[in-house]
Amino acid sequence: MATSMQDKMSELTDKVQGSQAWSSIFRPGSIFRKGYTDSPRNRSYVIMNSVLYHLHPVKVKRHAVKVSYTLCLGGLSFFLFILLTVTGIFLMFFYRPEAAQAWSDMYALQTSVTFGLLVRNMHRWGAHLMVMSVFLHMARVFYHGAYKPPREFNWVIGVILLTLTLLLSFTGYLLPWDQLALWAVTVGTNMMGYTPVFGSEVRFVLLGGSEIGSDTLIRWYVLHVLMLPFVIVIFMAIHFWRVRKDGGISGPL
Amino acid sequence: MTEIPEHLRKRAEEARAKAEAKKAGGGDAAPAAEAPAAAAAPAGDSRIPAHLLERSRAAKDRQSGGGVATAPAPVAAAAGAAVPAAPAGPVGTGPGGHTQRLLTVVKSGSIQDVKAKPTDKVHTWPHLLAIEFVAALAMLTFIFIFSIFVNAPLLELANLNQTPNPSKAPWYFLGLQELLTMFHPMVAGVTIPGMGIFLLILAPYIDKNPSNKPEDRKFAISLMTVHLMFWAVLTIIGSFFRGPGFNFVFPWNDGLFFEL
Repeated sequence: MATSMQDKMSELTDKVQGSQAWSSIFRPGSIFRKGYTDSPRNRSYVIMNSVLYHLHPVKVKRHAVKVSYTLCLGGLSFFLFILLTVTGIFLMFFYRPEAAQAWSDMYALQTSVTFGLLVRNMHRWGAHLMVMSVFLHMARVFYHGAYKPPREFNWVIGVILLTLTLLLSFTGYLLPWDQLALWAVTVGTNMMGYTPVFGSEVRFVLLGGSEIGSDTLIRWYVLHVLMLPFVIVIFMAIHFWRVRKDGGISGPL
Repeated sequence: MTEIPEHLRKRAEEARAKAEAKKAGGGDAAPAAEAPAAAAAPAGDSRIPAHLLERSRAAKDRQSGGGVATAPAPVAAAAGAAVPAAPAGPVGTGPGGHTQRLLTVVKSGSIQDVKAKPTDKVHTWPHLLAIEFVAALAMLTFIFIFSIFVNAPLLELANLNQTPNPSKAPWYFLGLQELLTMFHPMVAGVTIPGMGIFLLILAPYIDKNPSNKPEDRKFAISLMTVHLMFWAVLTIIGSFFRGPGFNFVFPWNDGLFFEL
């Protein structure tokens, strides 16, 4: 009885994997393709014939896969960015960036939206973790001397990415529109107001007025959900591309 | 059986037919000295100049002519290269009686390194991708479980007329806010962080030391560590040791004035 079930299952798998639709989706060498075997040739195809080829070469230096060298910090920063994008899109469905609605939308999200509180928590903690992992990634790269030629420019891109990460976190900080958000941002933007020569102009543009209000909220919302993510994705693309063009990750020491 | 593409099969057949024809023709052409020169040219070796063919045939004849003659022939060829006037017959002279000399030999690799140095590499799949997948999964699990048990703060509705005491920036700016207690706001809020980012960007252009070994980089590592520690201490003081009025407090006496 059990064997006949198994036979039927494997027959079904064969049929699905043999279908035109299936083999049109999974390119030769894919681990999901019919008759996949673990061979050096197929290991190469897994990368070469998939979208992952944009991110990884077919082969990497043996020392580059040592977790003790990278601590996965760069990759985890990227993963957190993806997680924040996914949870952030979910939050956007329930949020209106207006002073009159923002806080009550947040409150309703937590109390009457399924998984609303959980997703908001993940977004918040993920954001703090991303700031930390990007910062630690920078420290790791410095201590390995990985910014030395030919990787100087990628380090510069990395510092820009760190700054953008801080700005993304800071612009998101205002959006709940509670006392914590309002006054943390007040402190932060007051500091920017002391920029020499055009300080008050910088502050005025950022706040959309001389004081934080509804205009600030819509500005920071657009910065947070659209403009800064757009910019950071471009810089991330250059960053990852340069890692490969500069001969993979640095080291060994 | 493997399928051979049509054009390749045709080409192979033609080549085979040609070889057969040559073998058949070569049997009676060998004794005659003049015939093969005419026969060989249209047979497919037309790219080799006739005088070179002639020269090689002459050399072959001399070699097969007798064992004694084998030795002088190369010597004559070598001498012909050094002394243009040497009467070495057709050997070593070009069509106009010129001698050709080898000027130099460029060894491969002396100008351009064409061969990649072998490096110890592993396949990205599964070695790297498996690690990345596990790391991402571990991170996701951690955030998920942490988010189940710890809620993000949502204080009461923003009120511009009610300033909380203390008012703190997000944690990553608390080092800067701590600097505000020591310096003019322009120095603490703009000059110092601006210089910090500027110096970070310039780091690879300032640090000319080519080594990446920690024992060769004691100065750079100490400098970075001092600054990171300085920054961490400021952030920790700003986060946990500042209470109402941003005055210094001990968290174990006066409680925590910190929200994430």
